[in-house]
Amino acid sequence: MEILVCVKRVPDTAENEIEVKSDGTDIERDDLVYSVNEWDNYAVEEAIQIRDNVGGSVTVVTVGDDESEEVLRREMAMGADNGVLLSDSAFEGSDGRGVAAILKAQADAGNYDLILCGAQADDGAGQVGGMLAAMLDWPYASLVNHIEIVDDKKIKVGREIEGGNQELNEIELPCVLSIQTGINEPRYVGIRGIRKVASVEIPVKGASDLGLDPATVGEAGAKVKRLDYFVPELGEGAEILEGSMEEKIEKLIELLKAKGGLK
Amino acid sequence: MAQIFAYIVHKGGVIDDTAAELAVAAKKIDASSAVTAIVTGSGADLDTVCQEAAKLYPEVWKFDNQALAYPNAEVIRKLLVDVLPKDAVFLVPHDTFGMDLGPGLSIKLDVPYVPDVIEIEAADGSTFKMVRQEFSGMAHTHVACDLGSGGVITPRPGVFQPEEGAAEAGGKVTDKSGEAGDLSARRRFLEVVEAEVGDVDITKADVLVSIGRGIEDEENIELAEELAEAMGAVVSCSRPIVDAKWMEKSRQVGTSGQTVKPKVYMAMGISGSFQHLGGIKGSPFMVAVNKNPKAPIFQVADVGIVEDILEFMPEMTEKIEELQ
Ligand SMILES: Cc1cc2nc3c(=O)[nH]c(=O)nc-3n(C[C@H](O)[C@H](O)[C@H](O)COP(=O)(O)OP(=O)(O)OC[C@H]3O[C@@H](n4cnc5c(N)ncnc54)[C@H](O)[C@@H]3O)c2cc1C
Ligand SMILES: Nc1ncnc2c1ncn2[C@@H]1O[C@H](COP(=O)(O)O)[C@@H](O)[C@H]1O
Repeated sequence: MEILVCVKRVPDTAENEIEVKSDGTDIERDDLVYSVNEWDNYAVEEAIQIRDNVGGSVTVVTVGDDESEEVLRREMAMGADNGVLLSDSAFEGSDGRGVAAILKAQADAGNYDLILCGAQADDGAGQVGGMLAAMLDWPYASLVNHIEIVDDKKIKVGREIEGGNQELNEIELPCVLSIQTGINEPRYVGIRGIRKVASVEIPVKGASDLGLDPATVGEAGAKVKRLDYFVPELGEGAEILEGSMEEKIEKLIELLKAKGGLK
Repeated sequence: MAQIFAYIVHKGGVIDDTAAELAVAAKKIDASSAVTAIVTGSGADLDTVCQEAAKLYPEVWKFDNQALAYPNAEVIRKLLVDVLPKDAVFLVPHDTFGMDLGPGLSIKLDVPYVPDVIEIEAADGSTFKMVRQEFSGMAHTHVACDLGSGGVITPRPGVFQPEEGAAEAGGKVTDKSGEAGDLSARRRFLEVVEAEVGDVDITKADVLVSIGRGIEDEENIELAEELAEAMGAVVSCSRPIVDAKWMEKSRQVGTSGQTVKPKVYMAMGISGSFQHLGGIKGSPFMVAVNKNPKAPIFQVADVGIVEDILEFMPEMTEKIEELQ
């Protein structure tokens, strides 16, 4: 099975305090720690496991700048066979639809049976996978937490729905799936694994290589435009307890007693 | 202004809370528009759902077909592409169905898609400014989008709250089932597998000590268990703890886990994503302990403490034990 996995380099929200720049044009990007979007790691792990079971290859692809190459290398260290970086100044400012259009050009250039995306990335949109599927006119399932290969024509997928329930579907290949966390346990990547792929050549493709009209992607093609980042006027918010650790605990215990939180 | 449509989510003959919320969101786009509710399904329950929808919307389009018995987004997308007018503004909640339907529908209709919207403001003519959150709720952003030739919007569930005691819309139900075209799809629904029941029922607990990724390591869960024991509480958790297989799925609080209604909720090292908060009902007294003073959880908690939970929890356990 030929599998394409779409991955994105994002600021790691577990490692960073995200701050909005005072002019609201962006978040503070200096000193940010970046990593692979959490959901994409599960997608790559799933692709590797499928390849190991039924054969084929795994290609990881990202739309980004030069620095995005590092996430491709990381996923190749996990076990992906190939990496492709889609990069062009014409891609800057793309909305989800633009990113999907760029990824579609890569999908058209290959011969994939299965494309995996993450359920969502740093902008919390959860849109690229579904858009890509519709552009390719392939079937799609989102929030996939289980995959079973039936044969080379169809697979069975579990979708996570509300309340921890699971919806089972049969879906024809080729198809696009967006992967939910928890579907597997992504393998650990050690420094040695990274070193092994450090000198592997990663092809870079721009708009003309992909046969894309620059007017349809990037800022020019965007139907949804981000105007600013801002910090909302908050309501009351929490009462923040001050003092030493001991004082905070004493205050909290008093409050909890009053609220029935301590017997 | 384009005609506005709202997709009604329902289950077992009961309409979802989002049905009323989409009506509120639609009013923010066009206060004078007669919004049309779209109800799809099959069987006897469907008429009950349409009657309920008619209390909220002046127009209800009913689509009754065996192929629509389960809401398979791939099938419903085909139906909508056939029956919606060219410049429709279409609203569907940002839940597991809306996330499945919305992106692809926007491509097929060739209209903008604005996901997970928490506020809508008119800007200039048919251009709207909408508020979204990025980076797990740590930053807010305004996005601009022209809805003049239609659009697909997924409002976040629970945000657009209807006013109490609003007048009933007294809507008209029109059976449009005959307008459905080919409803075959390359994705077929098989069955729903219900969540497994765990050893502890967190939905019945009065006091929850809930741990998130801030617990850092499986071994540290003991610290939460000891605190819970001292407090007479039960331990629950956020999703990453279950993904890491450190706790059972039945302990997970949130939209894809359990809905809990405790009196006291102690969020320990939890950032406060909307999917997590979506599982906490009944406005409990909420305490948040987090080492990041900017964590979004402090916006919704009653009491906040900026500390490392790995130091805080054992000290609190000790203090409570001293008092007993
Ligand atoms: C469709 C869908 C459904 C989902 N359903 C759910 C759901 O049902 N339930 C759910 O929980 N999530 C759900 N999620 C995931 C959700 O979006 C978040 O990713 C998740 O809730 C984050 O969990 P967290 O707060 O524990 O982790 P994080 O967001 O990583 O936050 C960890 C927090 O701990 C703090 N911290 C770190 N170390 C310490 C320390 N030593 N002491 C104190 N504080 C510390 C950090 O400052 C941070 O605020 C869902 C996502 C999707 C897409
Ligand atoms: N720039 C990108 N390059 C490659 N894949 C992407 C990119 N942006 C989003 N994706 C894919 O789409 C998924 C959902 O992202 P989003 O729609 O932005 O929430 C991600 O998990 C990735 O799989």
